[in-house]
Amino acid sequence: MSNFRIWMVSNWRLFLAIGIFCVIYGTYSFMHPAGGSSRLFVQNSNESFVLISVAMAQTLPVLTGGLDLSVGSVMTMINALASNVVNGSPTEVFLGIILCLCSAALAGFINGCIIVYGRLQPIIVTLATGAVFMGIALFLRPTPGGEVDGGLSFAATFDLNEIFFTYGWPLPEWFENSLGLIPTPVVLIVIVVLVIWVPFRNSVTGRGCYAVGSAEGAAYMSGLNVDRSRLAAYTLAGLFAGIGGLYLALQTGSGNADIPQAGAYTLNSIAAVVIGGTSLYGGIGGVVGSIFGAMSLRAISFNFRVFDADGPMGFISDPLLQPLFEGSILLIAVSAGAARVFSIKNRLNLFGS
Amino acid sequence: MKSWIENIDKPIKYALGFIVLVLIVGNIYTLINLGTMPFFSPNYLLQQLQVASFLGLIATGMMVVILLGHIDLSVPWTLTCAAMTATAVGGDGAMLAGLTAGLIIGLINGIGVAFLRVPSMIFTLGVNTVVQGLMIVHTGGYAPQTASTPIMNFLATGYIVGIPTALFVWAAIGGLIIFMLNRTPMGRYLYAMGNREVAAYLSGVNTRLILIAAFVICSLCAAMAGILLAGYSAKAYQGMGDLYLLPAIAAVVIGGTNILGGKGTLAGTVVGAILIVLLQSVLSVMQMPEAGRQVIYGSVIIGMLLVYGRAEKKES
Repeated sequence: MSNFRIWMVSNWRLFLAIGIFCVIYGTYSFMHPAGGSSRLFVQNSNESFVLISVAMAQTLPVLTGGLDLSVGSVMTMINALASNVVNGSPTEVFLGIILCLCSAALAGFINGCIIVYGRLQPIIVTLATGAVFMGIALFLRPTPGGEVDGGLSFAATFDLNEIFFTYGWPLPEWFENSLGLIPTPVVLIVIVVLVIWVPFRNSVTGRGCYAVGSAEGAAYMSGLNVDRSRLAAYTLAGLFAGIGGLYLALQTGSGNADIPQAGAYTLNSIAAVVIGGTSLYGGIGGVVGSIFGAMSLRAISFNFRVFDADGPMGFISDPLLQPLFEGSILLIAVSAGAARVFSIKNRLNLFGS
Repeated sequence: MKSWIENIDKPIKYALGFIVLVLIVGNIYTLINLGTMPFFSPNYLLQQLQVASFLGLIATGMMVVILLGHIDLSVPWTLTCAAMTATAVGGDGAMLAGLTAGLIIGLINGIGVAFLRVPSMIFTLGVNTVVQGLMIVHTGGYAPQTASTPIMNFLATGYIVGIPTALFVWAAIGGLIIFMLNRTPMGRYLYAMGNREVAAYLSGVNTRLILIAAFVICSLCAAMAGILLAGYSAKAYQGMGDLYLLPAIAAVVIGGTNILGGKGTLAGTVVGAILIVLLQSVLSVMQMPEAGRQVIYGSVIIGMLLVYGRAEKKES
């Protein structure tokens, strides 16, 4: 087989995730009166960014065969922190952002340390640290509010043109109607993927994450530093979740230590990771798939907005039925992986992890 | 001859010790600030046990599933669904209707995990969302009856010879589960499958049936807890189960059950549930803000596990 075909075959889960997203979002864009316009892209990418971040965060622990139930809490904690520190002079804003990202990575690192050196199960450790992070978030922001730098807020949540307008830079004319229309959140995601994820995946530590998830014993015997890979996975999970929290603060202009919201983000991140083609047993998948998984989840709820309430399919737009439809689609999506069960000839293979 | 203290499981010993510690700290606090020691009064303790019986019931069912190495994240809305169904039906059939709702959800969970082999964590999560959607439809269009029936009120808040009825319900169901775990083939199979499912399958265990049974037991326990909770607050409402999922898992794990399955006792789970309820109660009496409560709550779980829950150091 040529290299290209090997690459295609080994990434079919990713292509499936992209396909699912294209179908769902395509339907939405087709039905929406402003479908395909820059404004709509900006709005949709804004609504998706935080879920994308926590889904990216969830991917790394899942790749190592673990789970991080604290991603929503870390996201909320950094959201609360950002509403305290990301304001004032440009220097203060810059230092505030650095502080937020460092705290996020530190939170993830603490998770990793307890899991690796405390030799405890990730699911229960992150359940407990999630409560601790939530407590810190409530301490930082007991009631919703706070203040986030308005200029940065505008710059980060609109299209690239807005960055030039906000800071009064001269806008090149060729740029305004082409690249300038790209939503900033999309650019931010691409930067995060290219600057953090791609180098990490190609490093020894990053490959180690996949190895640990596939067969921890074999990885250890091959001389990989298993502990370092797992520590790195949880630290990066914290960082990604923190990016989401920071963005949420920019988007809402405030902080809110909302416990149910944190829980919902954690649970949705697991669903997004699964739809994105990462195996919950570890070793297979990647962050890019999760991005499309998260966008698919969001696009499903977008769709409910555009159905004509008086048409034959009008009942779909009934707000009362939406949670039921969203839940059913989620359940069907995660059950789709069960297709392999019916092609297995030897029942013993069912038990293989 | 070992003394009887050495015969108690290590987790139970530490958890019991921690319960006493919590009570002592709480009493010292109230003694200094109010001049009373409410935490040792039988009334207070009975009242806490009554509250603990709701969490305890949920944790009991959760433990059966965790023993298999699975988890049931659909508990919050199973509980709410059972409570809402029971109050909506009302009358004599109320509890039966609620339990039937739990049974159906448990069957769906079990079939999904046993036959489709979807990881339980994600499948029950999906079922949870679907049930939530159903309940929103149920309460949205018109206002169904949400008041609990007298018998539900009695079970949740009544007293028999000075002891809360809810405790009797908890004890009866707990007793059944202990009998099931220790004295029936089903119990042996649960532990065997938790250790190595394929070995149990090759030994002739009907693993699918056991999986379904475990999820049904978990959902029935959650449904019963939902019915009691509706009786306790005299009505069923949305979101009534949201606060119970994580404490239930924590209670099971603090009680020494391995989250990967195969090891654990119901006595540990009971102690774990009491510990969590007491900790929450004492912290609220001490007027600890929610922030501090969350931090202490999380730290206690990690601390307890670091003391006795660590895995063997394996250099495999």
